Amino acid sequence: MDMLYKIFLDPFVQMGSAPDLLVQTLWEGLVGGVLYALIALGFVLIFKASGVFNFAQGIMVVFAALTLVGLHAMLRHWGVSSGTIAAYLALALTVAVMFGLAFAIERVVLRPLVNQPDIILFMATFGMTYFLIGLGELVFGGEPKLMITDDLHLPRGAIDVKMLGGFVSFQKVDIAAAVIASIMVAVLALFFQKTRIGRALRAVADSHKAALSVGISLEQIWVVVWFAAGIVALVTGIMWGARSNVSFALEIVALKALPVLILGGFTSIPGAIVGGVIIGVGEKLGEFYWGPLIGSGIESWLAYVIALLFLLFRPQGLFGERIIERI
Amino acid sequence: MFYRETGQFKTTYQADQAVFPILQDRLGIAIILALAFVGVPLMASSFLISSFFIPILVFSLAAIGLNLLTGYTGLLSLGTGAFMGVGAYGCYKLATWFPGVNILILILASGFVSAAVGVVFGLPSLRIKGFYLAVATLAAQFFLSWCFVRIPWLVNYNISGAIEVPTRTLFDVPITGPNATPTMRYLVVLSLVVMMTWFASNLVHGRIGRMWMAVRDMDLAAELIGIKLYRTKLLSFAVSSFYCGVAGAMMVFLWFGSAEADTFNINQSFFILFMVIIGGLGSLVGSFFGAIFISGTPIMLKTVPQLFGLSIPAATVEHLTFMILGALIIVFLIVEPNGLARLWQIGKQKLRVWPFPY
Repeated sequence: MDMLYKIFLDPFVQMGSAPDLLVQTLWEGLVGGVLYALIALGFVLIFKASGVFNFAQGIMVVFAALTLVGLHAMLRHWGVSSGTIAAYLALALTVAVMFGLAFAIERVVLRPLVNQPDIILFMATFGMTYFLIGLGELVFGGEPKLMITDDLHLPRGAIDVKMLGGFVSFQKVDIAAAVIASIMVAVLALFFQKTRIGRALRAVADSHKAALSVGISLEQIWVVVWFAAGIVALVTGIMWGARSNVSFALEIVALKALPVLILGGFTSIPGAIVGGVIIGVGEKLGEFYWGPLIGSGIESWLAYVIALLFLLFRPQGLFGERIIERI
Repeated sequence: MFYRETGQFKTTYQADQAVFPILQDRLGIAIILALAFVGVPLMASSFLISSFFIPILVFSLAAIGLNLLTGYTGLLSLGTGAFMGVGAYGCYKLATWFPGVNILILILASGFVSAAVGVVFGLPSLRIKGFYLAVATLAAQFFLSWCFVRIPWLVNYNISGAIEVPTRTLFDVPITGPNATPTMRYLVVLSLVVMMTWFASNLVHGRIGRMWMAVRDMDLAAELIGIKLYRTKLLSFAVSSFYCGVAGAMMVFLWFGSAEADTFNINQSFFILFMVIIGGLGSLVGSFFGAIFISGTPIMLKTVPQLFGLSIPAATVEHLTFMILGALIIVFLIVEPNGLARLWQIGKQKLRVWPFPY
């Protein structure tokens, strides 16, 4: 009885008695969720266009952030006196690196593996993951780094808002992350709906064969898609780096994008965002209100269990395409 | 030339369906077994045995376990490391409760603990398929890892949070714990692995294996011809987890001697999956090839530069190992997506018709 009370009533009593804490927790969860959603977004882009379950998306985030910070340090070292100029120069160079990466992946990995079963392509992205980890650490060093928040003119500090009989503090970086994420989703949506390449992308996502037959170059589309995913990774990396720091420890956090994906469905961009927010808020609430009951740290698996529960009722995710099987 | 089946007539169905229908194959396997049981303990140094042969055998068994699930039944799992952990912790608890029982029986019994946990986490497979299932098994991986860290009961409230293996004997010779010689441990591991591989081979060549493969190839069609999906899938999860659990128990009791929760993390699962895919999905011999390749490559990459007298900083070697391993995986997938087992088959076929092309 006491246990039941602790599970089903006590957390809600706590929420009601300290609404400012609840708002704070919700906000933390929301921001975390937006970042999960961004990783999932890059993943969905690739899955839609090339059918590849890209395990390396999380590593691309770390790799992009690491490249940015590393290049910035190198530029400063070589005598670029102004931090800001170096930061934006490094940003441009990182974009170039991500393009080179997309091009190389298409050439070296995807093209020879066309028409292989899904699991083989999935394993190939595993290989890419290991390669990128090794390369990133070899070139820029493996120790955790600080994101160049000031030189990129990202806001710092926090806004304390008085509400609900207490204070809720919003980190400015978090607000910026949420705003930038929304802008990026809007830009991507416009890009998909209005431009020529975007239309080609949607055609490829619908059917590779039909797209080929009307003269769309698959190779070109794949480079574009992996580049777009690389840009999304870069933005995610900057935001995430600004919240904590840049290191390959982010890899484990990046795995959280997987439950977000299965929750939202592999093929749906809105799904990735809604899924991210559900997972982010769910795991923060769970950790904060129910975590103490069974020992802390349940954040590490709660996301997967939430996703699993959703899956039992909707095997294709919330927004995924209905799975139809024929014999 | 010498690898021909000419003149070897089969007069019974059993002989024709044998696992090694050709005499030369039987001789070959006998030689390999003889080398493994007699040659290696006599000739290899104890360092080589404990850092190369034992790991390969343990990983092979885990890879066979995952191969039964992923290669034969077509259910992708990313939770292998956790199931190995369940076996290891299960064996530790059993060894505490039953100090008088032979450790070999306990190691095999811990497989059943792992099998039970595997069945529980296999339940979603009835409804979820493909990559969605892979993510569901990640839930198992992270939940079980969390349990290993957070439940002190599992390590008998040991302050360090690690398993420390007690000394146990077989015929009055210590085989686990700090007093056991590498050769003894190697022989125990080898015997267990050979026995369980033989069992797995019989399993996949029989009715159960055919049911698994039918489910892998198309589960709806398999259901229509009367295969009960839920039983088949859960059986596959149970047997696979059994193998992984025994491998995990062997890993801690016969190889490491002690283990922390971090041993059974997500990377362990990924490594076993690499072995299965590089070795060849749906091939038992492939599991051995994969284990040799994946656990042998890093050792080689570490030792080869030293042979040439190059001194590369340890950190750089580690980064290069990652890069080369990643690149090798991609290259292998491009050259032969069906894995090393397929290369082995092609080689045997070439040898059979040699010196003619076909």
